[in-house]
Amino acid sequence: MRNMALQRRRDTFWYLSGWMIVLIVFTAFSGISQPGSPAEPLITIEARQFAYQPGEIRVRQGDRVTLRLVSTDVVHGLYLEGYDLSLQAEPGKTATLTFVADKPGSFRFRCNVSCGSMHPFMIGKLTVGANEWLYRFIFLLVAVFIPVVVSSARQKTQSLEPSV
Amino acid sequence: MKLTSVPLLKFLLKSRYPQLVISSLLLAGTVFSIFTAFFGSPVGNSNFAVIFVWIVWWAMLILAIVPFLGRGWCAVCPIPLPGEWLQRGAVLGPPDQKPRWLGLRVPSIFRNIWLQNISFLFLALFSSALLTSPQMTGIVLTAMLVAALALSLVFERRAFCRYLCPVGGFIGLYSQAAPLELRAKDQKVCAQCKDKSCFRGSRLGYGCPWNVFPAGLSKNTYCGLCFECLRTCPNDNIAITLRPFGKDLWQPVRRLDEAFKVFIMLGSALVYTSVFLGPWGWLKDAVYNLGSSSFFIYSLAFLSLVFGILPALFVFGMLASKTDIPLKERFAWFSTTLIPLGLMFWVAFSLSFVLTNASYILSVASDPLALGWNLFGTAQTSWRPLLPSLLAPFQTLMLVIGFLWSASLARKIALPRGLTPIPIILYSFVVTLFMGWLLL
Repeated sequence: MRNMALQRRRDTFWYLSGWMIVLIVFTAFSGISQPGSPAEPLITIEARQFAYQPGEIRVRQGDRVTLRLVSTDVVHGLYLEGYDLSLQAEPGKTATLTFVADKPGSFRFRCNVSCGSMHPFMIGKLTVGANEWLYRFIFLLVAVFIPVVVSSARQKTQSLEPSV
Repeated sequence: MKLTSVPLLKFLLKSRYPQLVISSLLLAGTVFSIFTAFFGSPVGNSNFAVIFVWIVWWAMLILAIVPFLGRGWCAVCPIPLPGEWLQRGAVLGPPDQKPRWLGLRVPSIFRNIWLQNISFLFLALFSSALLTSPQMTGIVLTAMLVAALALSLVFERRAFCRYLCPVGGFIGLYSQAAPLELRAKDQKVCAQCKDKSCFRGSRLGYGCPWNVFPAGLSKNTYCGLCFECLRTCPNDNIAITLRPFGKDLWQPVRRLDEAFKVFIMLGSALVYTSVFLGPWGWLKDAVYNLGSSSFFIYSLAFLSLVFGILPALFVFGMLASKTDIPLKERFAWFSTTLIPLGLMFWVAFSLSFVLTNASYILSVASDPLALGWNLFGTAQTSWRPLLPSLLAPFQTLMLVIGFLWSASLARKIALPRGLTPIPIILYSFVVTLFMGWLLL
């Protein structure tokens, strides 16, 4: 009886600690998604077969972003998913595009001018504010991980206890 | 639910004609793909073979056929067809006389899936060229047809499918998760059966081309769903049944070749996601520049991941358990838990890969030979990713389902044996977290 009570207390402790972690993680990530004061960043992206430099860009939500695409070899394009915007640059020339980054999240940008064999995989990533889906995913995963581990530990302990 | 208890379905499965018609059409499609690979557009994303093999076929295979029908693709795969026709000396039913080919047994050293593991890894290492170069796609399709034909003339049954096919290995692995199985209805009937015509063949059909004894089937892994046993069984004792997803996985893996297949597929999903969906130019350079020193380092890193890092971390987690069960046995058992996780990784990766490139299908279908045709009026369709806003929610869902499935399997395998599933669950958690970070 005493063992069972102890076990129940342990379970409660683990459940509470687990959910506390989930809560902390969630709160921490929701903090990230708060927009700061808008800025007007000018970002130069160098395009070559089959990569962008920089490949990863971060801006704050609400920023008025100007993308400056420079191609160093053949004609390259840049199509920004989520915002449905595109621009193209000829070799040695630049093309610019200005937009307000009002949608938060992580968006891939891809070359939309056939530029060679690996063209379909010429990809970059723009993160506006917080990468919300990544945080939702982490939150969900942690939320299912903790109960699974706690109940597994509990069942394992029960299976080790001698039956009466 | 027994699908074979539906008379029309049973008739369609027992008759050789529907299967022959589908396989023959697919064979014609394969031959046409090979032709377009060599004589069509040299640009990958406007070449029929590249788009129809790596986008259309791959999407159907990994997003629909494998998860729901298991080895359903193997039932109609055109690759072994020419070899099988020659080996049998017939296109349909068994002929009166056996053709004189060598009909050797595959040496016992090769009767496992190590060759399939190697052939898959070989293609995976050259995946950048394979997925983007029409010629490379044509060479691989031709090589598979020739290899299947040659092996059919030397060895008995479908030696290529069973022991060498790079695709068959992972279809077999993941077919265990499918809600469909072919099994003997009553094992006692099989035990009393003297003919064993399901294995030996009879005037009604061929002995199992996959070299398995259908009466002893307890997993989908090596049953190619060719339906020969359905045709030959004199006691009508074979059934195709709907079952819960992943029922085979309740019986853990026991062989190391299969256990390593699990890590090969899991690691390959991580590598493919990094290379093909990631923003890292240096990685794409390394993968694409075949023969360069950076390609050599990439290959070494890939092989170290699937044969070293992933299995080693997995084993490290198991060392915590105090038990008399040999580590090798536990390693194989618990590798089973990563099968649903790996499948969901592939589904999540393929969703992105396929939806992004699906719009090429319309333009290529309208002008398959790059001759300026516009058969369906879609030749000028411009590229645009499909459903980009739905991608992240779907991928999140797939990864979480994969993790939950894997964790519940770890509990199912570990707890009745007095082992702790927690290190395995933790491993799945960390790997899933990493995959999520790569995808999202």
